Amino acid sequence: MNAIASPGVAGSTALAAEGLVKHFNGITATDNVSLTLPRGARHALIGPNGAGKTTLINLLTGVLKPSAGRILLAGEDVTTASAQQRVQRGLARTFQINQLYAELTPLETLVMAIMQRRGNLMRWWQPVTRQREACDEAVALLERLGLGSVMAERTSTLAYGKRRLLEVALALACQPQVLLLDEPAAGVPHGERDEILETISELPRDVTLVLIEHDMEMVFRFAERISVLVSGALAMEGTPEEVAASPLVREVYLGGAHATATAAHARKGA
Amino acid sequence: MSAVSETGLASRAAAHASLVAARRLRPAEIAFWLMPIAGYFLFPDRLALLSEIAILGLFALSLDILLGFAGIVSLGHAAFFGLGAYTAGILGKYGWTEPLSGLAIAALVAGAVGFITSFLVLRGNDLTRLMVTLGVSLMLAEAANRLGWLTGGADGLTGVMIGPVFGVFEFDIFGVTAYWYAVGVLFVLFCLARYLASSVFGLTLRGIKGNSLRMAAIGAPVNLNLVTAYTIGAAYAGVAGGLLAQTTQFASLDVLEFQRSAEVLLVLLIGGSGYLYGGLIGAVLFKLMHDLLSDLTPQYWQFWLGILLVVLVLSSREGVRGLYLRVAARFARSRHPGRKGGAA
Amino acid sequence: MLTVLFDGVAYGMLLFILSCGLSVTLGMMNFVNLAHGAFAMIGGYATAQLMNEAGVPFLACLPVAFLIAAVLGLVLERTLYVRLYRKSHLDQVLFSIGLAFVAMSTMDYFFGAQQRLITLPDFLRGQFEVFGARIGVYRLFLIILCGLITIALQLFVSRTRIGSQLRAAVDDARVAGGLGINVSRIFAGTFAFGSGLAGLGGALGLDLLGVDPVFPIKYMIYFLIVVTVGGTRSMVGPFIAALIIGVADVAGKYYVPQVGAFVIYTVMVVILMIRPEGLMGRRATR
Ligand SMILES: Nc1ncnc2c1ncn2[C@@H]1O[C@H](COP(=O)(O)OP(=O)(O)OP(=O)(O)O)[C@@H](O)[C@H]1O
Ligand SMILES: [Mg+2]
Repeated sequence: MNAIASPGVAGSTALAAEGLVKHFNGITATDNVSLTLPRGARHALIGPNGAGKTTLINLLTGVLKPSAGRILLAGEDVTTASAQQRVQRGLARTFQINQLYAELTPLETLVMAIMQRRGNLMRWWQPVTRQREACDEAVALLERLGLGSVMAERTSTLAYGKRRLLEVALALACQPQVLLLDEPAAGVPHGERDEILETISELPRDVTLVLIEHDMEMVFRFAERISVLVSGALAMEGTPEEVAASPLVREVYLGGAHATATAAHARKGA
Repeated sequence: MSAVSETGLASRAAAHASLVAARRLRPAEIAFWLMPIAGYFLFPDRLALLSEIAILGLFALSLDILLGFAGIVSLGHAAFFGLGAYTAGILGKYGWTEPLSGLAIAALVAGAVGFITSFLVLRGNDLTRLMVTLGVSLMLAEAANRLGWLTGGADGLTGVMIGPVFGVFEFDIFGVTAYWYAVGVLFVLFCLARYLASSVFGLTLRGIKGNSLRMAAIGAPVNLNLVTAYTIGAAYAGVAGGLLAQTTQFASLDVLEFQRSAEVLLVLLIGGSGYLYGGLIGAVLFKLMHDLLSDLTPQYWQFWLGILLVVLVLSSREGVRGLYLRVAARFARSRHPGRKGGAA
Repeated sequence: MLTVLFDGVAYGMLLFILSCGLSVTLGMMNFVNLAHGAFAMIGGYATAQLMNEAGVPFLACLPVAFLIAAVLGLVLERTLYVRLYRKSHLDQVLFSIGLAFVAMSTMDYFFGAQQRLITLPDFLRGQFEVFGARIGVYRLFLIILCGLITIALQLFVSRTRIGSQLRAAVDDARVAGGLGINVSRIFAGTFAFGSGLAGLGGALGLDLLGVDPVFPIKYMIYFLIVVTVGGTRSMVGPFIAALIIGVADVAGKYYVPQVGAFVIYTVMVVILMIRPEGLMGRRATR
């Protein structure tokens, strides 16, 4: 579909941050963070509550303007681009706290998102019912996420777990090249967590993924590299084994020897 | 994209059917639109009032496009109503007497001003929007007051001449032509609004009203949609104002007054916003109430208006639609005692 | 020139007294009270009635105007306004417009549509000349009185416990409640005091503005401009805004009468565009 990176640049950097800083009256929520994500990365972002993970996502996606630093999307500087422009260039996200449309059905929500992506001005004035292709695409996506049975119900009446899945589906409807997932499984019961993780893992290999997650088992199953944020700054970055072995990370975050074992176990299982 | 399973096909069809069901023409709608015809035969001597209802309904519909669909609050919607009224009136006064083109120009002028001022209301929260819309409408009212040579100032714009509709139907002293003209324009514009509401654009507006943060995060041009909605709403209001000036052959400063902006909000409050019919139902009830109460105490209509506003807001702003939904929910519950009542 | 400046300052001071209650309800309690002018109108009518019908001296009327408006504000706050603190701004606007309409038609019913005026006592009338500027005695009185009230207000808000309690109550009602601060009592007191000041302003403004049943709507925009332009974070912003608007309005009407109130509306819209938080407001972190 949207071939944003030409074949020549394949394997190059999908998303990069250089020296990002964000101050909120007095506190520094993001402290000189630099990050490079190659195409197809499976990257996890971890850190204690209030470390600035969500803020970093907000900066990358354009919800917040950085106090300093640059953001490069597929090699292009998007620091001043609007959130909308970044989505059109293939950067999508999910929200830690559901940001859905209470009055719309999941089907309507996705058709709407798909029509935004297509941005066809002629079709803008046509009835929603005429958008067969978008409707079919929405149904396919909904079924993939196990939302087929509730697609015509008002979002506000859905169970929390279903809404969480819709949150992911909505980001996927943008067909992103880079997808930032802010605790997609937060508050979801265990059985359904796997469903979400599986859906994410099944995404095409060239889609770049960033996952914020507190559940270490999930992080180690998913990630090929991990960045650790502490009080806004990058404390370390490395492979899951390196991160699990790091005394620093264990001290500020993992707080136990079993993490190493979990990591090794998860790797072997994968 | 080759082999589609049978269940896949079935669910696609079901999905499509659910979208279609959401915009199907309901019997109640047909019944609603028979009312103007019934009104004509039942109250042939109250056609002026019925025309006013149609015009107020169109004005409230225009506000509904802003408030009910795009979620833009306005405390100065009379600005566009007044612009349309003065445009159509001035055209008629200076020789452009063809009514439909006069209305079209009124819509264009109001829409153009709406387009320009829409950029002012994009920024800021509800409070800023309320203040800015109020400020813009007061500026226009002051301008109309100052430009007495054009608008007639405090004396009003007199000498408005309007030619026959379609070159055939002269405006008569019984207000028959005026009535059908107003109702016809209302009907056509309502159908257009209904069509727009069911379009991708309409869905996008509902999305923006529901969650504009997420709308930006799925790459929607939020501001472009808001500007479009504001412009359309302004143009609709302009047509309503134009209709008033043409059917009464008069326009005065009160078309731009703050009271009119407040009144149309109340109309929408009575009828309920966001489903297109609210403005029309509200207009019927409002005008009937006005008629009744100002017969009782002609001078103190404003008092009842105020009481109504206070009561409606205190009763959590549901209007007649909320009332209807609650009664319907209770009715459904009593018929199916086993089921829990749906969220009304 | 100096005369215009002087008159403008007097007018601005009056505007500040009239609108500072609104600035508190809007800025600190986050409530849009478009009926604020109604309290000023009540104060104005009370004074006009007392002076013209009962022969009460002007200065004695001022505290009465304050009290009547304050008590009315207190009653309405406890019975009606209190239900709307948590509602949307649109709801608050509609509600308070309704209240203003009721007040306006009630005054119309009892006192008729014509404007009420008063005759000031002798010692407040007349004017004298200083450095070529004609100084009206009453305007000088206005400046001094309003200036004193303003200083008292500022001291009150910044020095006393009630001032800081109000700020705590507004910043976080739950925490303030936990600290043993009676939030609803503070809100009611503040509202009543703001309404009282408006009533006092209505009385003080009788000589300049008169009072009639459309007073609340006629001057609503001025109050709103003062508050929106001045921002709502402190007393200083609205005070400066009121002075600027007072001077601008008097000067505008004096030098370019054909433009009228246009200037003021434009100023408001432009400022709202540039600084949606108001001139002195904190910049939104975004
Ligand atoms: N809009 C804002 N205004 C002021 N401070 C903010 C804002 N957003 C975040 N913060 C502060 O920035 C810091 C980082 O918050 P952030 O939400 O990014 O943390 P997080 O790592 O996502 O935490 P969690 O794991 O709880 O989601 C916190 O101290 C928070 O209070
Ligand atoms: Mg977070």
